[in-house]
Amino acid sequence: MKANGMQKKKMTGNGFLLLITIALFAVMYIAGMIIFADKGFAKPQMFLNLFVSNAGLLVIACGLTIVMITGGIDISVGSVTALICMVLADLMENKGVNTYVAVLVALLIGVAFGVVQGFLVAYLDIQPFIVTLAGMFFGRGMTAIISTDMISIKNELFLKWANFRFYMPFGSTNKKGKFIPAYIPPTVVIAVIVVIIIAVLLKYRKFGRKLYAIGGNRQSALMMGLNVKRTMFQAYVLDGFLAGLGGFLFCLNSCAGFVEQAKGLEMDAISSAVIGGTLLSGGVGTPIGTLFGVLIKGTISSLITTQGTLSSWWVRIILSLLLCFFIVIQSVIASMKKKAK
Amino acid sequence: MNKSKLKKITSARLFLPIVCLIAVLLLNVIKTPDFFNVSIRNGVLYGYIIDVINRASELVILAIGMTLVTAASGGQDISVGAIMAVAAAVCCQILSGGQVSVNEYQNSIIIAVIAALLASALCGAFNGFLVARLNIQPMVATLILYTAGRGIAQLVTNGQITYIRVDSFKMAGGYIGKCPIPTPIFFAIITVLIVYLILKKTALGLYIESVGINGKAARLVGLNSTMIKFLTYVICGVLAGIAGIVASSRIYSADANNIGLNLEMDAILAVALGGNFLGGGKFSLIGSVIGAYTIQALTTTLYAMNVKADQLPVYKAIVVVIIVTLQSDVFKKYIAGLKAKKSVAVEGGQK
Amino acid sequence: MEQNVVLEMRDISKNFTGVRALSHVDFTLRKGEIHALMGENGAGKSTLIKVLTGVHEFESGSIHMAGNSNAIVNHSPQEAQANGISTVYQEVNLCPNLTVAENLFIGREPRKMGMIDWKQMNERSGKLLESLDIHVPPTQMLEECSIAIQQMIAIARAVDMKCRVLILDEPTSSLDDDEVEKLFVLMRRLRDEGVGIIFVTHFLEQVYAVCDRITVLRNGELVGEYETKDLPRVMLVAKMMGKDFDDLADIKGEHKDKKKTKPEPVIEAKGISHKGTIKPFDLTINKGEVIGLTGLLGSGRSELVRAIYGADKAETGTLKVKGKEAKINSPLDAMKLGMAYLPEDRKAEGIIADLSVRENIIIALQAKRGMFHPLSKKEMEEAADKYIKLLQIKTASRETPIKSLSGGNQQKVILGRWLLTNPDYLILDEPTRGIDIGTKTEIQKLVLDLADQGMAVTFISSEVEEMLRTCSRMAVLRDGQKVGELEEDELSQSGVMKAIAGGDDK
Repeated sequence: MKANGMQKKKMTGNGFLLLITIALFAVMYIAGMIIFADKGFAKPQMFLNLFVSNAGLLVIACGLTIVMITGGIDISVGSVTALICMVLADLMENKGVNTYVAVLVALLIGVAFGVVQGFLVAYLDIQPFIVTLAGMFFGRGMTAIISTDMISIKNELFLKWANFRFYMPFGSTNKKGKFIPAYIPPTVVIAVIVVIIIAVLLKYRKFGRKLYAIGGNRQSALMMGLNVKRTMFQAYVLDGFLAGLGGFLFCLNSCAGFVEQAKGLEMDAISSAVIGGTLLSGGVGTPIGTLFGVLIKGTISSLITTQGTLSSWWVRIILSLLLCFFIVIQSVIASMKKKAK
Repeated sequence: MNKSKLKKITSARLFLPIVCLIAVLLLNVIKTPDFFNVSIRNGVLYGYIIDVINRASELVILAIGMTLVTAASGGQDISVGAIMAVAAAVCCQILSGGQVSVNEYQNSIIIAVIAALLASALCGAFNGFLVARLNIQPMVATLILYTAGRGIAQLVTNGQITYIRVDSFKMAGGYIGKCPIPTPIFFAIITVLIVYLILKKTALGLYIESVGINGKAARLVGLNSTMIKFLTYVICGVLAGIAGIVASSRIYSADANNIGLNLEMDAILAVALGGNFLGGGKFSLIGSVIGAYTIQALTTTLYAMNVKADQLPVYKAIVVVIIVTLQSDVFKKYIAGLKAKKSVAVEGGQK
Repeated sequence: MEQNVVLEMRDISKNFTGVRALSHVDFTLRKGEIHALMGENGAGKSTLIKVLTGVHEFESGSIHMAGNSNAIVNHSPQEAQANGISTVYQEVNLCPNLTVAENLFIGREPRKMGMIDWKQMNERSGKLLESLDIHVPPTQMLEECSIAIQQMIAIARAVDMKCRVLILDEPTSSLDDDEVEKLFVLMRRLRDEGVGIIFVTHFLEQVYAVCDRITVLRNGELVGEYETKDLPRVMLVAKMMGKDFDDLADIKGEHKDKKKTKPEPVIEAKGISHKGTIKPFDLTINKGEVIGLTGLLGSGRSELVRAIYGADKAETGTLKVKGKEAKINSPLDAMKLGMAYLPEDRKAEGIIADLSVRENIIIALQAKRGMFHPLSKKEMEEAADKYIKLLQIKTASRETPIKSLSGGNQQKVILGRWLLTNPDYLILDEPTRGIDIGTKTEIQKLVLDLADQGMAVTFISSEVEEMLRTCSRMAVLRDGQKVGELEEDELSQSGVMKAIAGGDDK
């Protein structure tokens, strides 16, 4: 009987976090629509822009969600993104490499990061934080080794991809009463497909469930006959691939490579995952939650950009505060669980 | 007999850091034969080696804080670079009274320094609270300030680079009067001495090690684990603040984007190179100090080889990975397994 | 192999760095029987289980399973599982963040077109649980289930993986009576279906309630295999304890006579409790007295002293130390009032592994003195040398890391740590667990000596006869509650057993 009472609290714990997140997003967005109605915040395109400007982040955050479910972390993703943008720019502009080959190389770089980091974490049992911290510095440094100058991408095919738009049947009317359809670029389509694939993978594939089992209790997972090391390695490889793909999408947005690019992106990705209900201690998290985390991050930055006078640093500070808030809630829920036992 | 002596030397705590330092120095001497030459130009000491020791000062100060944090909490504080920027921003903003560039102090330097150190202590306390009280992994907890810190520093300086063109302000990063030795060296030495004395004259060192090795047992013998962990983060924050002031004095300005940039990596590297286990527990302050000078020597060497500042992290990242691999249990077991096989083979051969 | 036999272990030996843990042990498990594996702590039960399940390697001997003419060697629990040997431990090895159904099927989920078929998985789980009479919805999260249900789910997983040998390692320690009974029903049902069950437990009643056969180990050696019905309880206890009992029986004799002075209370606890672990209790402990706390594992023995010591802060009640009311918020407060606590789990809560013997000895005194009053090097060395000599700690030097000492010597270091603080009240929670017999006796003698010198001691042990040898009074605990005290003249094996069992005249 006593046990039942405690269980209810526990049950609400994780679902509760996601609920907060969705509510928070709704409140923020609606508040933005009301406050900045005159600045076009209520237009459908504004909402789609949340996806447009964060497509890369969304894919990267999905990768992070995967490693975080195993109880790990990856802070190299920002640097990997910068490196990939730089490699794409350098290969296409300076080396004259075929666009498709360049993209392939970019994706392979992501996978290579995943393989090395995954090996160190899974098989050598080194703290993921240290490993990916090294990865973070390595990626940023390699970017600088390729070029310390900014390289703009002028490759025709690449720009064609970047500027392609899928028009929506809905939209808004401008001042002259002309209908302007809302649109999304291919990056958004890819990102959304990735979210769906990862969601299915995590829910309906053995691999996905193994990730949760490892995050829930690594020892138990081992005792139940799961190959913990290999699964963790695969998780980091997949995470690396998604970082590569995300970096490519990011590049389609920025169309340039430079050393300082995507600085702090790892923080955005981690915050998005955590705000979306992924537990830092592992075992809990979904790509859908992460999607909402990314949307919150997007809303904060578009609110601040729309507001106009606040420095862009506020985006990161508010995001940090939000992350802090969610971390504290997680910690409180965890200690409540412990006490209940 | 000889073998066991050799083994004793190689297994000593300071063996790795000293060997690394010697290796880097040798490399330098081969590349630049006048590496150890020290001369006096314009009334100050001049030479490669002086440059290394001078430039390493901030890193030494950071490495000390990082060592304590690592020992007590088994994790690293990756926000130290950002805290440096915050301290520099606070200090310069008070001195300039909000102007972009000043030729004389608008407020007392003492107030400015105290405020800067308070700000950095506050940052340390924030990290400490998250780690010690809420039991959040150190790296995740400090990631918050790692990203937000520079933003806060930007806000403090209103996004500008604040210049303090006052000679006395330049002293901390330059020279005091006619003294030929760069001041940062004194900062480093004094900080090391103070922390060393604190550890020596109180039981703090033993407390930190106990908490880092077995927090539960430490609590049962009457130690306040939470408090001790918290304290190490505050100390680490304050030390980062001192380093930040020195760094900003060097360039007589607060550049929120560049002060202490990438230094967290160097500090972690110094701790690891110093023979300290990154998982916490027993630590060697001197090891970390040697580690810090090694890193700086390495940096200087790389600069001499025309490696740009932005590219340095590549090499350091590789060194970090090598060190943590060597430290990892799995690798050690693997090596031990190889050795065992070899000795079995040798024995078999003798039979 | 004889018919009906499902598992046969022959002549198993196993050494741990020079210490013989198992010596030529035989063990036979038949189809459809519940077989108790009995022995004191350190008798070799868990080593035998670990050898069987591939956690440990063994030096000599062989393991045979029915239907397999070759001897099998398991290198990992997974391999043992593949051979039909499943284990359910006291700490359930399942994932709390997954549903019941997933825990049953993880790694072998039913799939449709490559995708996990959740519907089928839940249905099959439902059927499986129903067939075993476990009432829990398959979609419930595991962390929402009670420990008992979790244990049954672990068993269900083993059953569904077609195990032929099921090992239950102390599964009942954290269960209440009803839950134990439910577990027994499940065990009997599995037995009737032909599974061979190895049941490891400390509880005699449970053995007699559910087991068909008993194998007794002592000091790593096989004592014998018996039919439960042929082995009276007293005999079983005698077999488990062996002749060591007689050798040690009279150490108390030498100390007995002096204890006639007026009692001087050192600790007076009134209504102390800690939520979820120990209900309010009263307890008085006098100067020069060794008071034992007895009860089954999980009865609240450790929790009681932890509440006094402030390891788990007491939430109600008052505590008087030497007649003065005291408020204890943390272990340090307790230490300052002259208490010392040797914790039950030496490895997790006692030793500070990487520190030297010297540092491990002085750490408590140092903490008591405070950070700003460090002991000098000389003081530390003298203290360490003193206790290394006094307690005959076998260590290469005082600077040797404590982790390289044997368990018994580590325990002596921890004892030395507390004696150095010169306590008035010493709490010893399982001080002799996993320690060789010689050291055990030394520690018991030391406890009596300390009491003679006027120290108040609380002694906790799972071994009743050890407590009989050392204690002058005992408090009995059951289900997190102190249920009574036994005075000196009531102290006997049967008296204590009766008190623990609680009025049950079995």
